[in-house]
Amino acid sequence: MHIEIDEISKQFGTTAALTPVSLAIPSGALVALLGPSGSGKTTLLRILGGLEFPTAGRVLFDGADATNLTVQERRAGFVFQSYALFRHMTVFENIAYGLNARPRAQRPARAEIVRRVTKLLELIQLPDIGARFPSQLSGGQRQRVALARALAIEPRMLLLDEPFGALDAKVRKELRQGLRDIHDTTGLTTVFVTHDQDEAMELADLVVVMSMGKIEQVGKPADIRAKPATPFVREFIGA
Amino acid sequence: MSDTSLIATPTRFRSATEESPAARWGMIIFAFVGLSILVFAPLIAVFVVALADGVAASLKSLATRDAREAIRLTLTIAAISVPLNAIFGVAAAWFITKFDFRGKAFLITLIDLPFSVSPVVAGLCIVLMFGTNSLVGGWLVANGYPIVFAMPGIILATMFVTFPFVARELIPVMIEQGRAEEEAALTLGASGWRVFFTVTLPNIRWALLYGVLLCNARAMGEFGAVAVVSGKIRGQTATMPTTIEMLYQEYLSVAAFSLAAVLAMLALVTLLLKTALEIRHADQLATMRRH
Repeated sequence: MHIEIDEISKQFGTTAALTPVSLAIPSGALVALLGPSGSGKTTLLRILGGLEFPTAGRVLFDGADATNLTVQERRAGFVFQSYALFRHMTVFENIAYGLNARPRAQRPARAEIVRRVTKLLELIQLPDIGARFPSQLSGGQRQRVALARALAIEPRMLLLDEPFGALDAKVRKELRQGLRDIHDTTGLTTVFVTHDQDEAMELADLVVVMSMGKIEQVGKPADIRAKPATPFVREFIGA
Repeated sequence: MSDTSLIATPTRFRSATEESPAARWGMIIFAFVGLSILVFAPLIAVFVVALADGVAASLKSLATRDAREAIRLTLTIAAISVPLNAIFGVAAAWFITKFDFRGKAFLITLIDLPFSVSPVVAGLCIVLMFGTNSLVGGWLVANGYPIVFAMPGIILATMFVTFPFVARELIPVMIEQGRAEEEAALTLGASGWRVFFTVTLPNIRWALLYGVLLCNARAMGEFGAVAVVSGKIRGQTATMPTTIEMLYQEYLSVAAFSLAAVLAMLALVTLLLKTALEIRHADQLATMRRH
């Protein structure tokens, strides 16, 4: 799905989290929102997901105005920073949550839900953990379950908030490839937030460098490295 | 130096937060003596006095109409006010922890108000608001719905006094858990009510249970506010605590203490219930805390 962000701004009280920003995300791209904390990257992601609403501006999905769509109507697969798995449910129930939450007419039959969850567990390469609780999983496993849960609703896009933030270096490297693979298999337009320039440069097709609520530069990783547009970008990516 | 000599003299290491055995036992004994004097001894004394004239006399005093009516009234009051306060408490805690708005601090202070206001004052407030001489109360009495010196007044007074228990128990738990799980459920397409029943409520159920048990204990035991509002009409508006006090004032100590023993046993049953649930769901509790 093609996403267009048109002059979006966001105020929290008197502080501006986003001064008007515009950005076009081509369908099927893997995009990184890169910037230091407080740069507005998470706010932008939450606006895309419908968890926050902009003070001004529009969001367009495939050309249609989506600014006023509710969080449920957006069907965005959202992976939270600390994964936000439902702690009282098993891994299976976590992944099936979105399917069970559908209105009765659209809800798949029980057998179909089992089949889909099993398939997703295979996709994240953890076929045997359906009966466990989130507290019995490692950080890397939790992240993958969160990804499977987001994919279960057949989302129109995938939004990830610091998906590798809470993991150690080795697991982080493995899961980067995992995300790349899942993106390539599903073909979903994917936006992830990170403050780690290596991660953004290595993983993304398109990197959006942000600072103080503004977009500093948008480009392919190689182009940003070769030609940083502003002194901030030059310094932040350490070129 | 040989290896055996090293093994023969093992050094016992103590972790930084561990006290010496003497200090540990000293503190444990101190705690037990304190608890015995302040809690166990008076509780036992209640039962001793209640059974002073034998079990039969005690049971006979409980079988009188006034005693039976008092027990019935107290249980009815608890059965009505505790569920209502559980609903209000959950609503208040939800509102306070899941939303940001102006005047939040003021609302939290308001919730705490019943803790700081003397129950007698609370009772007087209800009399002033709904008594026969007040505008509202006068109209209600004229239409056949008396509040003061009747069941509605006692329920109002009990609810006022026990209002903070559930909310106070829930607010810290809900703050600690944050909003992420609710947000996740929303992005997965769940409606607000579904999020509440499938995510929020299961996460707070233990805190809610503790809150309800505390609320229940206090609802059955409340004296001050109820004494002012109820008028203590025997066999009609006298609850267990007010009846106990009246019997005691009349030197009917066996009757007074028998009823007191029943009230204490109701409290003990709630405590046992809580412990039983904790033991039964120990694994679940552990999972929740580890996460």
